[in-house]
Amino acid sequence: MEILKPAIAGTLESSDAQVTVEPGQDGIELSLTSSVMNQYGRQIKATVLETLERLNVQHVRITVVDKGALDCTLKARVECAVFRSCGQSEENIPWGGVVQ
Amino acid sequence: MKNAVGREIPDSLLVNGREVYQGKQYMDGKYLQKAAPRTRRYEKPQESKLLDSIAEALRHCGAKSGMTFSFHHHLRDGDYVVNMVMKAAIEELGLADLTIAASSLGSAHDPIAGYIEDGKVVGIQTSGIRGRMGEVVSAGRLKTPAIIRSHGGRPRAIEAGEVHIDIAFIAAPTSDCVGNCRGIGGKSDCGPLGYAMTDAKYADHVVVVTDCLVDFPNFPASVEAIDVDAVVVVDSIGNPKKIASAAARISQNPRDLMMAENVAKVIASTPWFQEGFSFQTGVGGPSLAANLFLEQYMDQRNIKMGWAIGGICGPMVELLKKGKVGKVIDVQDFDLDAVNSIHRTPNHFEMSASQYANPANKGAFVNKLDFVVLAALEIDTGFNVNVLTGSDGVLRGAPGGHPDTAAGSKVCVIVTPLVRGRMATVCEHVVTVTTPGDCVDVLVTDYGIAVNPLRPDLIQCLDEAGIPHVTIEALKEKAYSLVGRPDDLEWEDQVVAILEARDGTILDVVRKIKPFTLE
Amino acid sequence: MIPRPKPERFRLRRTMMFMNAQKPGLIKDAYIYGCDSIMLDLEDAVAENQKDAARFSLYHALKTIDYGDTEVIVRINGLDTPHWREDIRVCVAGGVDGIRIAKCESAQDVHTVEKAVEEAEREFGAEVGRTLLMAALESPKGVLNAYEICSASERMFGVAISGGDFRKCMQTTPQHNGIDMLFARGQMLLAARASGIQCFDTVFTDLDDEEGFRAEVFQNKAMGFDGKSLINPKQIRFVHEVFAPTEKEVIQAEKIVRAIKENAEKGLGVFTVDGKMIDIAFLPGAERTLRLARACGMYEGDLV
Repeated sequence: MEILKPAIAGTLESSDAQVTVEPGQDGIELSLTSSVMNQYGRQIKATVLETLERLNVQHVRITVVDKGALDCTLKARVECAVFRSCGQSEENIPWGGVVQ
Repeated sequence: MKNAVGREIPDSLLVNGREVYQGKQYMDGKYLQKAAPRTRRYEKPQESKLLDSIAEALRHCGAKSGMTFSFHHHLRDGDYVVNMVMKAAIEELGLADLTIAASSLGSAHDPIAGYIEDGKVVGIQTSGIRGRMGEVVSAGRLKTPAIIRSHGGRPRAIEAGEVHIDIAFIAAPTSDCVGNCRGIGGKSDCGPLGYAMTDAKYADHVVVVTDCLVDFPNFPASVEAIDVDAVVVVDSIGNPKKIASAAARISQNPRDLMMAENVAKVIASTPWFQEGFSFQTGVGGPSLAANLFLEQYMDQRNIKMGWAIGGICGPMVELLKKGKVGKVIDVQDFDLDAVNSIHRTPNHFEMSASQYANPANKGAFVNKLDFVVLAALEIDTGFNVNVLTGSDGVLRGAPGGHPDTAAGSKVCVIVTPLVRGRMATVCEHVVTVTTPGDCVDVLVTDYGIAVNPLRPDLIQCLDEAGIPHVTIEALKEKAYSLVGRPDDLEWEDQVVAILEARDGTILDVVRKIKPFTLE
Repeated sequence: MIPRPKPERFRLRRTMMFMNAQKPGLIKDAYIYGCDSIMLDLEDAVAENQKDAARFSLYHALKTIDYGDTEVIVRINGLDTPHWREDIRVCVAGGVDGIRIAKCESAQDVHTVEKAVEEAEREFGAEVGRTLLMAALESPKGVLNAYEICSASERMFGVAISGGDFRKCMQTTPQHNGIDMLFARGQMLLAARASGIQCFDTVFTDLDDEEGFRAEVFQNKAMGFDGKSLINPKQIRFVHEVFAPTEKEVIQAEKIVRAIKENAEKGLGVFTVDGKMIDIAFLPGAERTLRLARACGMYEGDLV
């Protein structure tokens, strides 16, 4: 999938994560802050990268502000931001396909 | 050297007779020689000890660089006195290399962080350490390792001379002109002054700081004039709104209520739940709510509580007034209901920290306590509890009376949610051991109850009462299945804080946290 | 991936608690409060411009979280919005137990949803017929068409009334004796019983009015409702208490079930229990009571 325009998903509430994506040209440029950085920073990064890979996103500038979100929430926020960025988030989502 | 809870204690700390923790009641039966203060004689009659300022009082007591000053924490987050005294000592008198030995410190004391960074304060001895001060100490900026003690361990250390207090500063809601202090009757009431009593008897000098001067003699006094060198009157010793909160309300949160009900169920299933039983609870949501459900069991079985101790708040005062508990013995008040009750409601008494929990005297209250209900930041599969360091390794809590009550009570119940946000409360190894597992009996979470295998008698009680329980390993696995298994924290070598067990042995150390980098 | 067991059309549904599908902090372990059903809401609780985000959250929540015995229903957006089709797709793909049709007004509404559900079941390889349906009646027209709605499909397990919008339409406000909703409730109960499905009452939104809440729950039970929709976990306990059978009812039910079984072995179809004439018609009700009793922790026997 290609990031066509900036998009944002999620909130800064506890247990949520706010994900912002913008078009990029330099591969995956991830900026991550988390309220549980020491304990889960590595895993959060892995989840975000794995989700982007599944969506076949090659170039993106992505910022994640995590407030202790579980993996299922992180995935949901990344996917929503990516689908929003190409204007395809409202219908015909490939549930169970690249979204899983 | 590894101690009895499996923590590695640097040998460099094991000097001057310091030992590692070797299990509860290790020091039982041993003799100790108590220290005595070097005090000034005030034989010549004087009408009053009033001095004009804290700076003047410091000079009167011969304050010098390198000294240890002590404080109590009855004014809690509303305290002004610690900051006022340290400001006068450092900025007006130009003193340095000072040690603060407080019964606890908290968010009110953020300015101290600045003095630590400037190297003016080189030592901290306390139960609680929070806010900016916690961050600064965790970052290794304090010249000597902080010493963390429980409410019972502190008077023990003072009496044994392990802490030598040069000047004790006693914030007093009321005082007369010669230093008889009380915790009620003023404009910044706090209730008891139990944490200040040992300081008053063992410090070389004692200065009373009050914002309400009353007629002589201010009796019955919690701190006596015979121990006081000087009295200073200031505009305000603290913010009343933060000293005693408005009446503590029992939580409405269904999760808290669910856990509280299970706590009461567990307690009621044990043989000690009978006429005249004794009880202590913390003030967290589920802990306090347990009072409510316990009362229902008391009514059902027509039994009364004999006595209750601890930090006291409204709901316990309610029980006293309803005649459902015989006596309430109070070491600290958390809300206005409690402050307005002590010394006034019949059978609501004050006690000193030593009477409450000192393991080295001839028998503190905790030794006779039946039940205690406590919270935890973390608890591991060995039932060791952490109430001091956050899961990010930063100092942000306090052992308080936790280790003392756990050690003394017949049944110690820890109540806590299984996870908090993305943090597993039940874990493989706690970041810091503040209460050793051999003192913790039952864990009640929102996902199940676990009993320490060291208590087969309690396992039998729960089984006979039909209360389901699981292993603590199962709870840990459930926690990790919800939030994922966390990476271990990484530490540098520098020891930033020493965790003393209540008997003075070393329970654990806190090191400087290695800053995390995402590669 | 959590494989959810096949949804049961008739099960205990004393309490159905609404949760905002968009709030990760709330839904990750909502089932712990012990309500019988959770209703994840894609409709009113989610802002118009966040419907897409709510679906992603919902999908992953359905796939990751272990809800144990608690049923999971999703309230989709109304058929007059652009959202309902994608809502149905994500629900079926995620494996929900049932879909709540908001603002249901006719049997046609049920058929429209059913068709889209079946298409989604085929698209995502789920067992056709697996996903249950319930209807929420929110308008006078919906209430008047209650019977045709209730009997519109084999997937229908229940019908609920939604008081907020309904009262506005009827130009009335919540009354302490329930007279504002009396006819609607009655009509709905008749329709549900005539078509053999369950019936649920509306939410009580004033969390500070404990007395009013209790009165409404007692009335719900007396009128014969199967359960009630809730908006806050602290309402769960009381509803479970009120909808629990009394000890007397449990003992009676036990006697009846035991007697029917014993007498059936002897070849007897009609007999007396405690002076009352009992036959096989009493069995379903007595078994339902025992199942309910078991769920409330009042019965541990093996008759059901």
